[in-house]
Amino acid sequence: MSSSHSVTTLAPTPAHWPEWFLQEQQKAWDLFQSLPLPSRRDEPWRFANIKATDLSGFSVASPVKDASALVSRSSGLADLSAKLVFGNDSLLHSEAAGLPAGVLVLPLEKAAKEHEGLFKKSFMTAEVRLGSKKFAALHKARLCTGSFVYVPKGVAVQRPIEIWHWAEGEDSAIFPHTLIVLEEGATATVIDRFVSSRDERSLAVAVNDLTLGKGSRLSYVGVQEWSDKATAFHLNTTEVEKDGNSTALQMNFGGSYIRGESDSHLLGEGSRSVMLSINPASGEREIDQRTFQDHFAPRATSDLLYHNALSDSSKTIFAGLIKVEEAAHETDAYQKVRNLMLSDEAEANSMPGLEILADNVRCTHGATSGELNEDELFYMMARGIQPKQAAQLIVRGFFGTVLERLDHPSLQEHLGAILDRKLDL
Amino acid sequence: MSTETKPDIDIDRSVGDFRYEMDYAYDAGVGLTEATIDYISDVKGDPDWVRAFRKEGYRKFLEKPMPTNWATKDLENIVFENIRYYLAQGQQPKRSWDEVPEDIKKTFERLGIPEQERKFLAGVEAQFDSEAAYSNIKAAVGEQGVIFVGSTEGLKEHPEIFKKWFGKVIPSGDNKFSALNSAVFSGGSFIYVPPGVKVKHPLQAYFRINAENFGQFERTLIIADEGAEVMYMEGCTAPKFETSTLHSAVVELVAMKGAKIQYVTVQNWSSNVFNLVTKRGLAHEDAEIKWIDCNIGSRLTMKYPGVVMKGKGARGEVVSIALAGDGQHQDTGAKMIHAADNTTSNIISKSISLGTGRSTYRGMVHVPKHLKGCKNNTECDALLINTHSRTDTYPAISVRGQGNAVQHEASVSQISAEQIFYMQQRGLSEAAAMSLAVNGFVNDLVQQFPMEYSVELKRLIDLEMEGSVG
Repeated sequence: MSSSHSVTTLAPTPAHWPEWFLQEQQKAWDLFQSLPLPSRRDEPWRFANIKATDLSGFSVASPVKDASALVSRSSGLADLSAKLVFGNDSLLHSEAAGLPAGVLVLPLEKAAKEHEGLFKKSFMTAEVRLGSKKFAALHKARLCTGSFVYVPKGVAVQRPIEIWHWAEGEDSAIFPHTLIVLEEGATATVIDRFVSSRDERSLAVAVNDLTLGKGSRLSYVGVQEWSDKATAFHLNTTEVEKDGNSTALQMNFGGSYIRGESDSHLLGEGSRSVMLSINPASGEREIDQRTFQDHFAPRATSDLLYHNALSDSSKTIFAGLIKVEEAAHETDAYQKVRNLMLSDEAEANSMPGLEILADNVRCTHGATSGELNEDELFYMMARGIQPKQAAQLIVRGFFGTVLERLDHPSLQEHLGAILDRKLDL
Repeated sequence: MSTETKPDIDIDRSVGDFRYEMDYAYDAGVGLTEATIDYISDVKGDPDWVRAFRKEGYRKFLEKPMPTNWATKDLENIVFENIRYYLAQGQQPKRSWDEVPEDIKKTFERLGIPEQERKFLAGVEAQFDSEAAYSNIKAAVGEQGVIFVGSTEGLKEHPEIFKKWFGKVIPSGDNKFSALNSAVFSGGSFIYVPPGVKVKHPLQAYFRINAENFGQFERTLIIADEGAEVMYMEGCTAPKFETSTLHSAVVELVAMKGAKIQYVTVQNWSSNVFNLVTKRGLAHEDAEIKWIDCNIGSRLTMKYPGVVMKGKGARGEVVSIALAGDGQHQDTGAKMIHAADNTTSNIISKSISLGTGRSTYRGMVHVPKHLKGCKNNTECDALLINTHSRTDTYPAISVRGQGNAVQHEASVSQISAEQIFYMQQRGLSEAAAMSLAVNGFVNDLVQQFPMEYSVELKRLIDLEMEGSVG
């Protein structure tokens, strides 16, 4: 693999995949080549910096220089049931401790070989609807490896599974993938960590597919700490069957242009999807998030809460849609985005949308943009707290209300500590 | 529900469902070419600059794409080649009632405007087909120096006043339909209110469409000079036709320092009309522009009244009620552009979808960089009556910098079975209970309309609601 291979012009080099998947990849490559780049006129790209979607300057990543250094830097939760560490799309390290019988935590290509049926049933099966069809095709075509988490019927994985994805090398491109399949009544907690090894310009086109069977419970967290020069696409699909319960949190700390797409399908009666995001935006960062809460079945709930704190000349875009299909009676759907403006140069764009085709529903959405509360600042300053720190404390509290929605105390604490570190508290 | 108390929704419109054979003195034929525009300009005796403005509009109309990348595909059903772009009696707007042709008077009678009432109106600019067929300015308004004329007359007689703002609030290239209007406009009102003049009575205009395949492209420009105040009311009824009709108006409001303009619309086109309207106001320092908008009729309405708050302390408001019945799509909303410090805007939108009706709210709130003390409040509430009713909400809110407060809230609900049950227990029929609940939902907004409009509105809602249950 030469480092001069541009990701957008040269066809992908075959990896260790079964023959049938290589054919799929060829099809995906053709699709990527045939689809046009997003344009200003495309509604899913409204307000977005279209220039950031030109990926021609990025090359296929070379193997990382020092794998063991990255593995030792992959230190997150203390109490884990499994950990995988990837560097530039190759597996550097894996460990597991006391995984219940039948639970699989595997590299993706191994799952495709050994569990072909399972893999085919849940790997990128949903249509990419929020704008990044072209980039999802690129992801599929360029996919080298990824993680496959499978929990069989009725099994609960008590301790979290942690997956690290490292990017290294100037202008290098990686394609992380996390596929989680929970069978009926299964429980799991998965954390994806996305990190740049150095302060370099790089590209990540990441996909995570969360598939929840009947009555299953999943807590998923993506902690994104790419370098400030990185471009990244994080494309998610969540499918929830009857009485399944998904909580997914995205935390965005890095990147120059971050495009997030989260598409929740409430497929079964009584299913639930909680969509959370914490976005401290600073510098010149643009965080561009598109979400979809699609209700197909009656009596399902979706609940979205995104908090953005914008400093310097950062920019956020939130475009969310709640859609209640004709059959989805007695839907409860909520959507809330709050923008805390901390600078005169920052820009927040909100497009909270509703499309309701059924009656007897309860749907609300809200979007607010405001500034720091002067009274709160005054209160803290009167007690000897410096203005800058007082502001950071308010921001921390603002994000804390999102974190509290995670039904997982030790995870909350861990993520809270990351947040404190990022906010210099 | 029993069938005898279940009149068809269209029954309400049967009052306006009639035609008289018209002798169209000027008819530009169907379709639109540069020759059509020359023809219109010749007939109307346009000054050269207006002719040039029309041609520029025509060029932009051809250039601009249909907005189907975000709007409904139903727009593709408009066949521009089949539309008549100009029709008129070839008369000058009438000054006295006696000069109005007999059959036109008949139409007014059917519309239920008693002559007695007209005396109380500050002025009536009644548009019959493309041309203002009758215009009556009450002496008192004229004495105050208020100019209230048709668009053709306004541009011809008072260019020094109207030329300055004409096409400035809404440039002809704003969108495909404003460009079309710029090319072929006729009719509409031009109003100028001098500094400090507060027009006591609302100014009114009645519009009618009365020819098959005939598009109506009125153009209205209202200028309220410093400290002036004016309320303008616009209401529409239209007869039913078998093929679709296009209505594409452009309305520009200019409120100078400290001026106030209220623009009230009750839109009740028949359900074959495409109603694609561009309305925008420019509010200078401490000025206030308020759009009160009610959409009941048409097949498809696309209308997003806007206010550009250009001066410090300016205020913009949109109050909107939409009722989407069977087969209708009310695509309405508001645009608030904050362009100065301490500007405030408020959007209240309520929509009701019944049968297969679809109501859509689209909003835009824009607070650019380096502004302080801007506030926007947006509330959108949607009510769904039947299983196949549909509602959408698509706001877009951009805020740059700190020191401003913007909030948007929307909810979707239905009338609870409990409410209906409660009222039925007290002897109301299901339809009456439904009507009462819907009227309750919009009541606070209906009250913002002038009295005669709010009465008419309530009656219209009652009629639309009957037969919608069960």
